[in-house]
Amino acid sequence: MSILIDESTRVVVSGITGREGTFHTAQMMDYGTQVVAGVTPGKGGQTTERGVPIFDTVAEAAQATGANAHFVIVPPRFAADSIIEGAAVGGIGLIVCVSEGIPIQDMVEAVRFVKSTGTTRLIGPNCPGLLSVNKSKIGFMPAASFSPGPVGFVSRSGTLTYEIVDSLTRAGMGQTTGVGIGGDPILGMTFSDVLPLFEADPETKVVVMVGEIGGSDEEIAAEYIKSMTKPVVGFIGGRTAPPGKRMGHAGAIVSGTSGSAQGKVEALQAVGVPVADTTADIRVAGLGNSAWSGRRTLSQFRQIIGAVRNNHCKELTLAA
Amino acid sequence: MKMQEYQAKELLAKYGVPVPKGQVCETPEQVAEATQALGGKAVVKAQVLAGGRGKAGGVKVAKSVEEARDFAASILGNELYFEQAKSNLRIERVLVEEMLPIAKEYYIGITTDRSTQRNVFIVSSQGGMDIEEVAHSHPEAIGRLPVDPFLGVRDFAIRQVAAAGGIPDAEIKQLAPFLKNLYTAYVENDASLAEINPLVVTGDGVFIAGDAKISIDDNALYRHPELAVYGETSEETDEYEKDARRRGINNYVHLDGNIGIIGNGAGLVMTTMDEVKRAGGEPADFLDIGGGAKAELVRNSLELVLSDPKVKGVMINIFGGITRGDEVARGIIEGTSALDIKVPIVVRLAGTSAEAGLEILKNSDLIPAETMQEAAQKIVQMVS
Repeated sequence: MSILIDESTRVVVSGITGREGTFHTAQMMDYGTQVVAGVTPGKGGQTTERGVPIFDTVAEAAQATGANAHFVIVPPRFAADSIIEGAAVGGIGLIVCVSEGIPIQDMVEAVRFVKSTGTTRLIGPNCPGLLSVNKSKIGFMPAASFSPGPVGFVSRSGTLTYEIVDSLTRAGMGQTTGVGIGGDPILGMTFSDVLPLFEADPETKVVVMVGEIGGSDEEIAAEYIKSMTKPVVGFIGGRTAPPGKRMGHAGAIVSGTSGSAQGKVEALQAVGVPVADTTADIRVAGLGNSAWSGRRTLSQFRQIIGAVRNNHCKELTLAA
Repeated sequence: MKMQEYQAKELLAKYGVPVPKGQVCETPEQVAEATQALGGKAVVKAQVLAGGRGKAGGVKVAKSVEEARDFAASILGNELYFEQAKSNLRIERVLVEEMLPIAKEYYIGITTDRSTQRNVFIVSSQGGMDIEEVAHSHPEAIGRLPVDPFLGVRDFAIRQVAAAGGIPDAEIKQLAPFLKNLYTAYVENDASLAEINPLVVTGDGVFIAGDAKISIDDNALYRHPELAVYGETSEETDEYEKDARRRGINNYVHLDGNIGIIGNGAGLVMTTMDEVKRAGGEPADFLDIGGGAKAELVRNSLELVLSDPKVKGVMINIFGGITRGDEVARGIIEGTSALDIKVPIVVRLAGTSAEAGLEILKNSDLIPAETMQEAAQKIVQMVS
């Protein structure tokens, strides 16, 4: 199992003939993603080098090919329109937008419209997309870093995802699905939208959640985590960033205590989520080889995580 | 892009938001004329982006033309120290405005809110002071109004937020057009923040924007060429940040430490800073080269970071996804060979094309590291 996408997901790509779109569509297809259609206005009727039929609109593409997911990889000034176009088509259940630099007011409208459909989910924008291990990927998560296993992964940061997923994989701790929700202030799915899906997925046994300073998504997620049966391990980027300084992501603005790393760490710890101090600790946080390989029960797993919480992570060794 | 007060007020006036009569001036003579035109009395305000202008000595209530001119002469072309910006700023312009008969001071702000995914108005009768402090100590004095982008600002919602913010019913006739016009100005100009503090209520019950702060979403500037003129006069407060802009480096923040940081992706760069701190070091900057960076940008970034004499070492941390390790490595080599570098540079490369990148770096003086943690420890040891 996996969440949001699997081998049956049929993807239509907006921007399939662009430079980035061409490259990443090929990468997705090489990974096994079913890319059934592309959309480039004015190029309808043609096919791509990889044999994907091109349409002028998402509606035509979906009707002709039964596409149920929409990948948006178009320049930022056209991206909100493309998201809304996909959401307006019945049958598109998931939209993934990786475009960076979309005007914020455009996203306020696009997210409002997507939510009004009640049936379509949006991931992004300004995100690396998502990957269900050995099944399908939409976006540009580096596939080589992933391996199959029990970890559900959700992150606000792209490169931190690669960093941490890579270290999990090296430690023999594979993943079900990795979701990059993006770093913009106005997003489609947030942590608290993704966590229930991992909670319901039988193959996901533990969730790694990677947040960063700014906003209150982590604090809101902490409320939901209280009700989860599966353990969650956290990491917060930007713990030493000086308050009031803007660190690239529009969302990463610390003002007062709201949105601060300390507030997020405390909110997560208060609901029993161990928060790793470094990206390497996440691996040590019981997700490492020795910790998992003995088919341990959830309660043992919780003990391991408890040990991490008490800052014994570095010394943590488990009898086989 | 942040707009200065006089620019924000010019923009608001176009949308029917009432602002005081006034004129922006660059010389004491202009100030004297403007004060004369206002009847011989005026408020003279230094035009800078930093807050805390009163405390910095940048605001004067002048009761005569001479007083206005003398004050302007004392600050124009000179620097004042701004506690909030922690730096001296040169005063190039002052705004000369009519004195308002202030009966009450309110607060109105609008910004995009992550949690509701909408633009949200903040309305309070407790204006004229630090609104964050009010929100903290008197949360009941703050009204919030998330605006549905498809419905706009509705009358019933204005009545609700007025009640929540402690604004009397009798003033809704003034508040409603003020909010609606402010909202139109905000949305049509792709602002990410518009703040009126204080919103002055005069003795006759008229609402006027006493001060105005507007930030425009940089991602949307392409569709507002008319706002470009404002960008040219908005000052950066930090020399290195100014230089970054000139070099086309958008995600750079100058800090006080001695270890330069360069990486890709905001989350990874912030985490790199965290690691340097944990290892006992102090970051000299935050620099995110972004996704898909080319060699030239990397070279430019290195030059920028090394131009700060405080920098005693540099840590470069790249995990390639859409960014290629070999491209980054070429940029590092170009940068280091063009410059006479006397400080150690630790490089950690992983992900896409990292092996090719490490091959390029093999015969250089750069110090390789396998992991981000190892790299942080190495650079901290070398500078201490």
